[in-house]
Amino acid sequence: MADLPDAATCYELLARMALIRRFEEEAGRQYQRARAGGFLHLAIGEEATIVGTTSVMRPEDFLIGTYRTHGHAIARGTEPKRVMAELFGRVDGTSGGRGGSMHIFDAEKRFMGGYGIVGGNLPIAAGIALASQYKGEDAVTVCMFGDGASNTGNFGETMNLAALWTLPVLFLVENNLYGMGTSVERHSAQTDLSKKAEGYGIPGERIDGMDVVEVREGVAEGIRQAREEQRPTLLEAFTYRYKGHSAADPEVYREREEVEEWQEKDPIESFAKRCRAAGVLGEREVQQAREAAEEAVKAAVEFAESSPEPALDTMYENLYTRTEPGGWYAVDERSPEPHRGEDEAEMPDAARELAEAGAAYAGRPEGPRPNPAAQGDVQEGVEEQIEAPDRDVSPGEEDED
Amino acid sequence: MAQLRMREALRDAMAEEMRADEAVFVMGEDVGVFQGAFKVTEGLLEEFGERRVRDTPISENTIVGTGVGAAMNGLRPIVELMTVNFSLLALDQIVNHAAAIPYMFNGQARVPMVIRMPGGGGHQLGPTHSHSFEALYLQVPGLLVACPSTPADGKALLKAAIRDDNPVVFIEHESLYGVRGEVPEGENGTEPLRFGEAAVRREGGDVTIVGVLKMAQVAESAATQLAHEHGVEAEVIDPRTLRPLDLDTILASVRKTNRAVIVEEGWPHGGVGANLATLITEQAFDYLDAPVQRVTGADVHMPYSKRLEQAAIPHEEHVVSAALATLAGAL
Repeated sequence: MADLPDAATCYELLARMALIRRFEEEAGRQYQRARAGGFLHLAIGEEATIVGTTSVMRPEDFLIGTYRTHGHAIARGTEPKRVMAELFGRVDGTSGGRGGSMHIFDAEKRFMGGYGIVGGNLPIAAGIALASQYKGEDAVTVCMFGDGASNTGNFGETMNLAALWTLPVLFLVENNLYGMGTSVERHSAQTDLSKKAEGYGIPGERIDGMDVVEVREGVAEGIRQAREEQRPTLLEAFTYRYKGHSAADPEVYREREEVEEWQEKDPIESFAKRCRAAGVLGEREVQQAREAAEEAVKAAVEFAESSPEPALDTMYENLYTRTEPGGWYAVDERSPEPHRGEDEAEMPDAARELAEAGAAYAGRPEGPRPNPAAQGDVQEGVEEQIEAPDRDVSPGEEDED
Repeated sequence: MAQLRMREALRDAMAEEMRADEAVFVMGEDVGVFQGAFKVTEGLLEEFGERRVRDTPISENTIVGTGVGAAMNGLRPIVELMTVNFSLLALDQIVNHAAAIPYMFNGQARVPMVIRMPGGGGHQLGPTHSHSFEALYLQVPGLLVACPSTPADGKALLKAAIRDDNPVVFIEHESLYGVRGEVPEGENGTEPLRFGEAAVRREGGDVTIVGVLKMAQVAESAATQLAHEHGVEAEVIDPRTLRPLDLDTILASVRKTNRAVIVEEGWPHGGVGANLATLITEQAFDYLDAPVQRVTGADVHMPYSKRLEQAAIPHEEHVVSAALATLAGAL
């Protein structure tokens, strides 16, 4: 068994794992309360893989993940309150409410994103690593993905490219045994996922993803090879999610006993126990880590609740990047008039609700959409239901030619 | 002015921008040693070396995805895909990633990359190498879409695309690569062309003809024919970029001529013309004296047979008869 690091590091590891656990539990609760929408993928049980990995990364290194990355962002240093606000779809969220649970991002912390397309982050990781190498920087990219992603075309393509171009990237499979509801045995012909890149010349190794210390050692070595030898490696971390794939998962594909068996190896409990037994941390510190997590998550919910919803007039913000404001290029000045949602702020409530529900056309700013039946232009067989107004607005009247 | 082929003009644009900015690099299938499947990257490997002119494996989605990641980390990749048909293999990275990332991460990441791809028929390349997907990319918010028809525009638009901070789908036409045209001389003699500025290729007051990509040239020669044989003065507009689209110039012309014909090589349903006809109808309905006419490629996969292929692509005669149809009763 790998040696424990120093007491301060142990405390930090424990506190960060506890924070993610508590955050995810609360996220699940807020989802039940319908404060968080869409799909919600929780990483409860996978904390050691996440925190073990980020704890040996440098600030300048890049991390890129999947749609289950609330914890990854928090492990990288993103404030939990900003992640929670994103789940709530609020302006103070990591993506201002545009991304949601599956698309957390924090450029400052070099957390390069959660991605909703399985395997979609793999080539992007290769590109980030390529740019670091191209610029002569020694940052390493760590790319985390699930066992299911190892079956995508992107996996094979990216392993080949990364090996061919000797990119400074570490690929880490978070093998939680299921690609959604399909077990590894049922979705991958090669169940030893660490071997899946061998044919491309990328060596692989399996580690216990429930042991934060072992994860640290494995990842540190992979990062070292990437940084010093410019060589990609593949790590397969065995881990387990206690909750379903998403909040909408009936979990018919596994037995309750299996979940309980893994819970016995709980990454937080087992690490706390080991730290106590070794005399590195006392009961007081363990308790302190839990309380700190409780506080932070409580504050995160309060923050998210009080953060405003995005204003409708921000709908098109950041769709395009202005190269030089007022310079030779400004895209939207010349675009055809798009979805008329920009005017919604001025609309009556009913129209506004309609627009928020995604209606393509919610009416003209000055009032409801003209009803031909109301303007004497009645089609045959259509009963006139609304009294015609006095003014005549029949089309063609203002024709200039 | 120098007489350059389209492929040379495009190559010069890339070379000039690569000289000016170390962050610009080229990658794609056979762009280096082979010099490009259509020889557009000829000479680049020799000048810039393997670090900046990178031959890739045949892995379209990963090539584009690697470009996305590199762009997010400060580089300006030019990715060449061998044909627009092959770009479908990279549609996930183009639509779900390149186009979405700036928006879904709320401006925290930029994707300044150019994805070049040639399409179009005329060389008997058959059903998987000759399609026209302008309409497909035009639909995607977050992308810019360029479709140059002359060497001068090709060079100026490509320089603009490389300098732009947004992902650009740059659609070239296989049978325009060898066409010569006047291009301003000298290194950096060409100013980047602002996206969203249409070119009026020919002025006229009787009918507006909008031609996309190679069809801009077909529209121009059809206009000559209309003048000589029918006494009709057509105004020919080449939008040059489809997103952003210079609708103002098109609408101003339609308000003047009261008639519009849209010519494209792509499929009719949901095409560039379908979209543009709607925009014209929405915004200039009262000015129209005839229904908007569309001339499109045939609603089939591009056939190999020379006879069938030629019949599947719009020609001058189709444009002439569409223009005359808008003028029925007015002549």
